[in-house]
Amino acid sequence: MGLLDSQFDNSNIVITTLDNLLNWARLSSLWQMQFGLACCAIEMMAASASNFDMMRFGVIPRATPRQCDVMIVSGTVTLKMASRIKRLYDQMSEPRYVISMGSCSNCGGPYWEHGYHVLKGVDRVIPVDVYVPGCPPRPEALIEGLMKLQEKVRNESLAKKKTA
Amino acid sequence: MLTDFGRILIFLLIGAIFTAAGLIGSWVLRPRRPYPGKLSTYECGEEPIGKPWVKFNIRFYVVALIFIVFDVEVVFLFPWALVFKGLGMFAFIEMAVFLAILIVGYAYVWVKGDLDWDKPRPQVPRYVKGIGVVSDQNAEIEEHLTA
Amino acid sequence: MTFQEIASRLSERFGTVPGIGLEPKPENPVDPYLKVSAEHILEVAKYLRDDEETQFDYLSCLSGVDLKGSLAVVYNLFSMTKRHKLTLRVEVPVANPTVQSVESIWKTANWHEREAFDLFGINFAGHPDLRRILLPYDWEGHPLRKDYQVPEYYNGMKVPY
Repeated sequence: MGLLDSQFDNSNIVITTLDNLLNWARLSSLWQMQFGLACCAIEMMAASASNFDMMRFGVIPRATPRQCDVMIVSGTVTLKMASRIKRLYDQMSEPRYVISMGSCSNCGGPYWEHGYHVLKGVDRVIPVDVYVPGCPPRPEALIEGLMKLQEKVRNESLAKKKTA
Repeated sequence: MLTDFGRILIFLLIGAIFTAAGLIGSWVLRPRRPYPGKLSTYECGEEPIGKPWVKFNIRFYVVALIFIVFDVEVVFLFPWALVFKGLGMFAFIEMAVFLAILIVGYAYVWVKGDLDWDKPRPQVPRYVKGIGVVSDQNAEIEEHLTA
Repeated sequence: MTFQEIASRLSERFGTVPGIGLEPKPENPVDPYLKVSAEHILEVAKYLRDDEETQFDYLSCLSGVDLKGSLAVVYNLFSMTKRHKLTLRVEVPVANPTVQSVESIWKTANWHEREAFDLFGINFAGHPDLRRILLPYDWEGHPLRKDYQVPEYYNGMKVPY
């Protein structure tokens, strides 16, 4: 029946409480799809390791798209890989988010001018929620990107947004 | 007023309701937005090639089979062990015969080599003057050497 | 063995073969190379590997080069036992770049030749599995040539920035 899929017209105490509960549950357990492609992957691994520890935010790396909420695209996206990224993004289940980590997946990075094999930015194939700049971004920067994503999830609502 | 079996029935019912409530609850609540891309088989991002059924080595089946046989044997041993004290010599001899039959079968399987797990045989490479490093896998170099 | 010794040993073995094109170029002090013609590289390579004195059993690198006007393949050979090295070079015209494959001599050439084919378009005759290795299989063109134009679209994705 998909009750969580429906958008309710007016907001009341039940909807807002449910919103808060669901959003808190989702942002506290953003299971990530480990998508380390290149050097940014090392920084992503460093962010998951003991010094910076992304796991305390509930971010567990899962290898399969079926079990994860967020795909952290870290590293250079080549044209050869881009079709696979699209397919894997399709295989994730909603609600799904994408964090683009590093210059290469934001905009092509250092390969923007002469890289004939590089996709200039992963947002040419999948919709991105948060861009984390850096080459590579420090683990703290990645965690800040994660917090921005948590902000975004916190503001989601089951009620339809009223446009003025 | 409830028999022992009645208590077990209550236990089973509560277990079933608990599981069913969780599954039905999530079926009611979760969003359903299927499309062909999402429903495709996962193969690390590639188009799926071939059937998902993979041939696995027969040794897993053999181990599982032997396990089942001896597990059932243990199931028979338990009630016998509980009432063994009052039964006397006859019960002991009977169980000993039962165990002996099974042990003979086990010994046969072992000696025949059906329980062997394949051990990898490492290929140690060696240097041959004029050819270079040769490992046993390269049959044409072996021919060249013996020719 | 020095470069001159290897060059003279090769020319006494192959000097009379027609079309061999053996030209030592010792001008470059660090990396003097020996030019060989494309059709005879296989025999020269086999001799260099199997001969008692040279024993070049290790192909360090096989690279393609785009000299404006022709393509070249450079072989960097090394001997594990004798500890000497050699550089061979084969030059082919752009219109028909075909070189004999040395994959049967040194197995490492398998992937190196696939890379040279992928990026330069040099055809290796006798290679068992010549297909693209770095770029996607349906890519058009050979990127490392000097006259390569970056395509506008690849499979619906815009390539230039």
